[in-house]
Amino acid sequence: MDKLKKLSKQQLFLPIMCVLLVLAVNIVYDISQGNPFYSFFRITMENGLLSGRLVSIINRGSEVAILAIGMTLVVSASGGTDISVGSVMSLCASFCCMLVAGFGVSSVSSADEFAMPLVVGLLGALLMGCLCGAFNGALVAYLDIQPMVATLILWSAARAIGLLLCNNLIVYIRVPEYGVFGGYIGFMPTPIIIAAVCVLAVSLVLKKTAMGMYVQAVGINKKASRIAGLNSRRIIFMCYFLCGVCAAIAGIVNSSRITSADSNNIGLNMELDAILAVALGGNSLGGGRFNLAGSIIGAYTIQAITTTMYNLGVSSAVSPVFKAVVVIVIVAIQSQPLQNWIKKHRAHAAGKEAAKV
Amino acid sequence: MKTEQKTAKALGSKKMNSNTLLLVITVVLFAVMYAAGCVVYASKGFTHAQTFLNILNNNAGLVCVACGMTCVMLTGGIDISVGSLIALDCMLLAWGTGQGISAAVMCALVIVLGIVFGLVQGFCVGYLNIQPFIVTMAGMFFARGMTAVVSTNQLSITQDTSALFYGWANAKIQLPAFLGYVNSKGKLQIPYIRVSVVIALAVLILIFLILRYTRFGRSLYAVGGSEQSAAMMGLDVKKAKMKAYVLSSFLCSIGGICYCLNTMSGSVSQATGLEMDAIASCVIGGTLLTGGVGNVFGSFFGVLINGTISSLVKTNGKLASSWPNILTAVLLCFFIVLQSVFAHLKEKNK
Amino acid sequence: MTFPGVKALDNVDFTLRKGEIHALMGENGAGKSTLIKCLTGINDFEAGEIRVAGVEGPVKNHSTLDAQKVGISTVYQEVNLCPNLSVAENLYIGREPMTKLRTIDRAAMFEKAAELTKRLDIKVDVTQNLENYSLAIQQMIAIARAVDMDCKVLILDEPTSSLDDTEVEKLFQMMRSLKEHGVGIVFVTHFLEQVYAVCDRITVLRNGTLVGEYPVAELPRVKLVAAMMGKDFDDLAAIKNESTTCGSEAPIEIEASGLSHRGTIKPFDLKIHKGEVIGLTGLLGSGRSELARTIYGADKATSGKLKVGEKDVKINQPLDAMNLGMGMLPDDRKAEGIIGDLSVRENIILALQAKRGMFHQLSREKQNEIADRYIDLVQIKTASRETPIKQLSGGNQQKAILARWLATDPDFLILDEPTRGIDIGTKTEIQKLIVQLAAEGKSVMFISSEIEEMLRTCNRMVVLRDGAKVGELDGELTQSRVMAAIAGGADTAGEQAGGVNHG
Repeated sequence: MDKLKKLSKQQLFLPIMCVLLVLAVNIVYDISQGNPFYSFFRITMENGLLSGRLVSIINRGSEVAILAIGMTLVVSASGGTDISVGSVMSLCASFCCMLVAGFGVSSVSSADEFAMPLVVGLLGALLMGCLCGAFNGALVAYLDIQPMVATLILWSAARAIGLLLCNNLIVYIRVPEYGVFGGYIGFMPTPIIIAAVCVLAVSLVLKKTAMGMYVQAVGINKKASRIAGLNSRRIIFMCYFLCGVCAAIAGIVNSSRITSADSNNIGLNMELDAILAVALGGNSLGGGRFNLAGSIIGAYTIQAITTTMYNLGVSSAVSPVFKAVVVIVIVAIQSQPLQNWIKKHRAHAAGKEAAKV
Repeated sequence: MKTEQKTAKALGSKKMNSNTLLLVITVVLFAVMYAAGCVVYASKGFTHAQTFLNILNNNAGLVCVACGMTCVMLTGGIDISVGSLIALDCMLLAWGTGQGISAAVMCALVIVLGIVFGLVQGFCVGYLNIQPFIVTMAGMFFARGMTAVVSTNQLSITQDTSALFYGWANAKIQLPAFLGYVNSKGKLQIPYIRVSVVIALAVLILIFLILRYTRFGRSLYAVGGSEQSAAMMGLDVKKAKMKAYVLSSFLCSIGGICYCLNTMSGSVSQATGLEMDAIASCVIGGTLLTGGVGNVFGSFFGVLINGTISSLVKTNGKLASSWPNILTAVLLCFFIVLQSVFAHLKEKNK
Repeated sequence: MTFPGVKALDNVDFTLRKGEIHALMGENGAGKSTLIKCLTGINDFEAGEIRVAGVEGPVKNHSTLDAQKVGISTVYQEVNLCPNLSVAENLYIGREPMTKLRTIDRAAMFEKAAELTKRLDIKVDVTQNLENYSLAIQQMIAIARAVDMDCKVLILDEPTSSLDDTEVEKLFQMMRSLKEHGVGIVFVTHFLEQVYAVCDRITVLRNGTLVGEYPVAELPRVKLVAAMMGKDFDDLAAIKNESTTCGSEAPIEIEASGLSHRGTIKPFDLKIHKGEVIGLTGLLGSGRSELARTIYGADKATSGKLKVGEKDVKINQPLDAMNLGMGMLPDDRKAEGIIGDLSVRENIILALQAKRGMFHQLSREKQNEIADRYIDLVQIKTASRETPIKQLSGGNQQKAILARWLATDPDFLILDEPTRGIDIGTKTEIQKLIVQLAAEGKSVMFISSEIEEMLRTCNRMVVLRDGAKVGELDGELTQSRVMAAIAGGADTAGEQAGGVNHG
């Protein structure tokens, strides 16, 4: 009992429990379908490409994982969330496709028709992500506007601007060079590689520079950090900036997957997934200490939930219901009043027990 | 009465503080915008009274939602679940009437649903002390998902499925004829408003009275002004906050009915971004994001500005449909920054 | 009420008579606010009881509402009213006059409010928003609210801190008239003149214990300061100044001229020599912390010049000051010192890291080495260097912050109340450290509520009052001289004469 209690205090307890739960559901489902219980884990090569349910989850979960990196930093430094990531993804994808295909062109099917080289498009998308991140960061860090209100502006506007850039069209870029970011390199799904590179790069930065400590220090105590010589505003700004870049990368991957820029659907409901990933990873949404590994595990857990629900025949439009409930339950458990209540209740029970003895 | 006179005097001589300034900017903005529309699009009939009334007709639901949003924002919170809740309401109405249930029963059901929804959100915000944004964002996704649970198709309400609802939707309340105009066929067009406008205006006035003349209304202002002070003065802050969210969801459901009277259908993607319009209307109308300041008439003007933007874009005919969204966001951004600047100045003057 | 390790209030008796104004005095951590919180039901107390005339049996309040019901109302320094509501609403919120329709009768409310404010001689338009009025008026409105709720006991917790002289006088008139109506008033303030201007009795607390209750006439200023600061006046002669001597011929480390921060500290000139311990003294709220913060850039100076060594410098933020070799241990350890969830190691190396910049991270080995060295050097008692600092006791937290600054090897260290709220042993260690630092040629600015500590360690003392530097003391520092300078005013003229160089 005591050991269990100790275990449950570990930061990674929550996400790992969720992973186990999802696995259990999958195994039960497989058995009930008459499949061998290990079919979930089976990794096969089909037409020279890596496939299998597990691979598919890790592949599909790449965008959320990339977003979760930025979101973790934002939550840690400012105690608020960036709800614009989904829309920014869409905007960056649209911008990229618009640059490559040319304004008003709805479909490109060979590299000869490119209005601009693909690289320009990709850099443009990243730049757009930087801009969006900088905009959010400036509002939050320098104008002291509540994070979620500040990001609300782009949440609504970014998608609309994306539509405008695409002239209200779905821009198709049916070119293998573009599709590669959402497709395969050799036998490996590219999104997995991109996500891994992002995670590794950020982990490396966190390890090799003092950024991780700076971000946490600012998130825990802004005033004390300032006295100790940190530029709190700049650090918060940086986190939002990075979050914008992450959104841009995720946007490119997502758009490449469908080789088009569908402003209305790219990154839809992704902000919820990203926030949920952070919460599931055992990070407090109130800011402070963070654990990137937790968020990443959280991200893949969410994808596992989504995929599992899809397999169970739940429509993708319905799945937010479950995710919303999970978010509220996690946050409610973290909330101070409930914690106090539980403590009081426990103390009360313990007191009763002591009285009996 | 002496005090009454004094009151009048005081109101007259009231110093122009930053809050009233925000409201004045809004009203002026609306006037300028509308006047500009009248000048530029005079040939397209923008000057007719009906154009203005159509702004009301189209945005009756938004007025209700904005009233609720104002109440929540007065406490320093926010409710971004409203758009999805409206989608759910519309879907339920369309589905229910399609099943042969009386429209009146469905309306009552939808309102009860709103209240329950608000209770849960309010409990999480007030008693569990969770950030309103997180709670209502979860609410937003929950409601949107539930809409899909009911049906993923677009369901329509027609005369066949519910004659009653159809009747409400098509009822025109005609205004005096002198406001009308003669159209190109030489026929007199008498201006009219829809039933939903009457509901919306009633809600507007009712909420205005509640905010001004009841203890509950004043407690919302007090909580927004200073939560700690409100608690020190013996107000039940948690309960007041919860009630605000209940009121918001309740009004949102009424707004949902108004909205449905316009669209006569339910679909999963309905009313996306409506929460944005509602929040923008409140902020543009002078409600402070930090709480404590604002009133429903300001929000009403916010809605009118919102409506004017879409009306202008529509009248133009050449602009992309995403322009209203962008313009609203730009306005919202402008007013948010303005509020922040005013707050900084106030702090400095201390 | 006890806080971990320290009893905040220990066996204190306090009696308030009908129709008197009773000053409650004491320095930081003396237990004034704890006593008030026990009276008003914000904190629970463990032992003892409260009795109120006209109420049977001991009273135990669980909330401010309970306290108001038995007639105890409190007005705090930060006004606990809603600035966005009208004056009348602030007076009557929660108990507004109602019409038959269960709506608020605004006309009646305004009328009642107008009557009330007129009776108490507050000149306001009750329909205006509260934020349109000065803090003094807001303070009086808060008092009016308390009075209208039939309070018998009115507690005023530092109501005058942000008021100017005429506003204070207005407040006093009101207090006197309330006194005539039989209200007992507990008055907490840091301004000695105000105590003598309006109070009948004084109760002094120190370190959570009762020092005594005196009629005002029997306790002259100097004795009051002595009672608050911890030495009986008669013992003063016995104190020996152990400070190292340091001539003013040493090179100047820092020179401030006309430095000020709007609203908190008036322009001041100050020279700090190398290897000197300079003490800032004055009562709480005299601007002693603010002076230090302005030099360090924690509050950006609004005017004046600062020279470090020979160079003119501009300090916009703490990092600038750090790069000039400064360090500051702030007075509010929780709010501005520790970063609670970070480990002891991270807390120690934070400032050094900040100085090096984000991209020049100290290697983990180096971090461990530094952390271990300072944990050892200042003897921080912690389970490990990876323990979150919030789990440490106050004294050890303070030592960790001190270590944070020592690790940056500063030339000039500001220590704002480093000894507050920590045990005696640690206090002595910190004082020793200060002397040692000075011996190594570093300059230290030391602020403390306990005069004795400063006498032991400081070479020179700067006296502040009401946000202005009023003098410097050097040469032989004695308690009587310092106290006299702090107290100022007429009845100390005798002791004040020598050695105060008015700056």
